[in-house]
Amino acid sequence: MTGKLSLRGVRKSFGDTEVIRGIDLDVGEGEMVCLIGASGSGKSTLLRCINLLEPVDDGTIRLDGVDIAEPGLDPRPVRRRIGIVFQSYNLFPHMTAAENAMLAPRRVHGRDRAALMGPVTALFRRFGLADRMDHYPDQLSGGQQQRVAIIRALAMEPEIMLFDEITSALDPELVGEVLDVLRQLHRDGMTMILATHEMGFARELADKVCFLDGGVILEQGPPSSLFSAPSQQRTRAFLSRVL
Amino acid sequence: MTETHGTVSAAPAVRPTRRATYEARVRRRSTTVAALSTAAVLLAVVVLVPMAPGWEAVKRSFFDAEVFARTFPGLLNAFLLDIAIFAWCAPLIALTGLAIALCRDVRSPALFPLRMFGAVYTDIFRGLPVILVVYLIGFGIPGLGLPRPWNSPYIWGSLALILVYSAYVAEVIRSGIDSIHQSQRSAAASLGLSEADTMRYVVLPQALRNVMPANMNLLIALQKDVALLSFIGPVEIFRQAGVYKSLMANFTPYVGAALIFLAITIPATRYADYLLNRQRRRQR
Amino acid sequence: MKIVTSAITIACLAATGALAADHGACAAGKTLEEGMLTIATGNPAFYPWVLNDAPESGEGFEAAVAYAIAEAMGFAPEQVQWVRTSFDEAIQPGAKNFDFNMQQYSITEDRDRMVDFSLPYYSSAMAVLTTEGVVEETGATPEIAGMKDLRWGAMAGTTAMPILMDLIAPNSDPLLYGDNADVTAAMQAGQIDAALFDLPTALYLSAVVVDGGKILGQFPADRTESPDQFGLLMEEGSPLKECVDAAMTELTESGTLAAIEAQWLQDATGVPVIQ
Ligand SMILES: Nc1ncnc2c1ncn2[C@@H]1O[C@H](COP(=O)(O)OP(=O)(O)OP(=O)(O)O)[C@@H](O)[C@H]1O
Ligand SMILES: [Mg+2]
Repeated sequence: MTGKLSLRGVRKSFGDTEVIRGIDLDVGEGEMVCLIGASGSGKSTLLRCINLLEPVDDGTIRLDGVDIAEPGLDPRPVRRRIGIVFQSYNLFPHMTAAENAMLAPRRVHGRDRAALMGPVTALFRRFGLADRMDHYPDQLSGGQQQRVAIIRALAMEPEIMLFDEITSALDPELVGEVLDVLRQLHRDGMTMILATHEMGFARELADKVCFLDGGVILEQGPPSSLFSAPSQQRTRAFLSRVL
Repeated sequence: MTETHGTVSAAPAVRPTRRATYEARVRRRSTTVAALSTAAVLLAVVVLVPMAPGWEAVKRSFFDAEVFARTFPGLLNAFLLDIAIFAWCAPLIALTGLAIALCRDVRSPALFPLRMFGAVYTDIFRGLPVILVVYLIGFGIPGLGLPRPWNSPYIWGSLALILVYSAYVAEVIRSGIDSIHQSQRSAAASLGLSEADTMRYVVLPQALRNVMPANMNLLIALQKDVALLSFIGPVEIFRQAGVYKSLMANFTPYVGAALIFLAITIPATRYADYLLNRQRRRQR
Repeated sequence: MKIVTSAITIACLAATGALAADHGACAAGKTLEEGMLTIATGNPAFYPWVLNDAPESGEGFEAAVAYAIAEAMGFAPEQVQWVRTSFDEAIQPGAKNFDFNMQQYSITEDRDRMVDFSLPYYSSAMAVLTTEGVVEETGATPEIAGMKDLRWGAMAGTTAMPILMDLIAPNSDPLLYGDNADVTAAMQAGQIDAALFDLPTALYLSAVVVDGGKILGQFPADRTESPDQFGLLMEEGSPLKECVDAAMTELTESGTLAAIEAQWLQDATGVPVIQ
């Protein structure tokens, strides 16, 4: 059985440069998968391919067994099921935190503001931002903005969440509050794929760690084995640089 | 946000810091210098200009108090027409400009003709002098034989202004749309928003706010160009001043008209500058 | 009384005698260029005031009057030179580039405060220009009552506007235009029904320019209030005014002016008088 999400032979080029060069990856329901690798190895691109922000050139991406990478398919229903959070938050600066979170459910699911208020408030409370709902993004700290961005994605009730180095733009003392959010999500059974440089965090929580190198997954496995006994020379080199 | 800064620095009953004392002294000195130099320039104007040999003649032709008093009420009255024309043109210009800007942004290939239309429209109407469009449309279209009241110069003259100005507004709005970073569109798309919703709820509100000062400047220009409608008949302030000028062989009515225009456009210009400055502060 | 009359007669005789003896003495040293008379006209100059926009030919009413006045002032035709000005240039403060300016300037009290006018060389009737179509549609007749509901136009720079408000007082605000061509364009576009012009201009426009043009009627020149009289425009306080006026008086009294009018301006007795 292949699980919740399953990639086979996924390829993606920008012009003449092939950035993703045949990736196979399986993610089970409720699993947390961490992507690690050097800058430029293709982590962001892979995540963007999974929620169809970038069309893939070749290969299949099955979500619950259905191929979503089929060319010509409307990407929007898929994007509703797969949330993504970016390194640079990308909040809408002209809306309050609460409006940021409610826009997509209102426009995409057609819910009205009153009906959304309850669940959205619950999300803000859960991530410690109940008193910041009416603030605009530029009135929030980086860590708070990133948590709002996560809430915004969660408000769509996605089945899978993708996180692209969401802590790397943060001051060190703010990283913790964002990682706490991820711990909670993991506990609640959210399926997650996470591109990260936080090796400690990957070792602590990941069910599977994948080492990307030059657009392929060079090595993957549970953190215990991959971090302590990497089988590939390049993995060892990378780990020795970052650990 | 900004208010809090203000209250902090204005906190009373605190002994001024060394820096505050220094800055106050610099401020006082520059105010004095500015006042002195302004006074010197004014004095020079007031003293030197009347010494010019033609000053008496110029004064009689341009600054005749009696002519001014006789014509000013009539000019004010004519200015109401300028305001009315402006008032109905401005919203239509905003709507048309927005529509054209959106035409230029469509990405679907089926709508390519729309996109091309937008480009041709802005190229043509930005390339023509306003007065030419006023003449061509104001006399040309009614000349095709429209019945009254559909041949009114007010309708077609206004249309000419709307066509020209919406082309400028469209370009301004489009530059605003282009200035919104791609990551905003990405974020919206990742949430499953449609292209139209992304434009309407994410891109446009930010774009329009960014280009507000530029559009204010266009509004001020429009306020002045309303006078061009006088070429096809309507007796607005510019024409009324011209009539008084020829009847009295005196240019003072133009000075009156200029004062009335300035009474509107100077506050508007100040307001536009204020918006622009606030914009800059926000973006910092 | 008798003494006064004879004194005037003597003075006149002396003046004519002086003119006859020494033509041009009165203008000596007062023109822009010694020995030359510089006359300004419009740009372009219109029919029937100047024919073919060529005042040098002396053809057209104002061109002919100009040469007659020049002669009376002692200038031979080759001592006359022409310049072109707009209305605004004629009244702006500062040095002028003409000795006098001639383009159907109506003499009014207000204008007289700012510039000098000669004695009048023409008293103009005002006429209502319209089209056959309008007459058919509205049944307009040469009566003021029926004309109030028409949509009116006029040229902005002329005295037509106050006369229009004065004599007709239309029910809707008149539309005003910068020149004849724009008035006729508006008429052709159906934006105005009728326009007020001086009679010679109206006759010309109705015959040549406006399709189906028609003169509805005229307000004769000798109507009591605000007669529209054309004068030569000069700089305020022009030293030449006396000399020009003397020449004008001479031309009027000798019948020369009337003869020129008969030659260049169409007889308007056929145009109905507005009641
Ligand atoms: N839109 C694009 N057009 C062209 N090349 C691109 C584009 N996006 C990414 N690339 C290239 O693809 C390669 C992989 O980029 P990607 O952003 O996926 O790397 P990454 O692993 O996320 O790196 P980092 O750790 O720095 O975020 C890089 O060489 C990058 O230059
Ligand atoms: Mg990246």
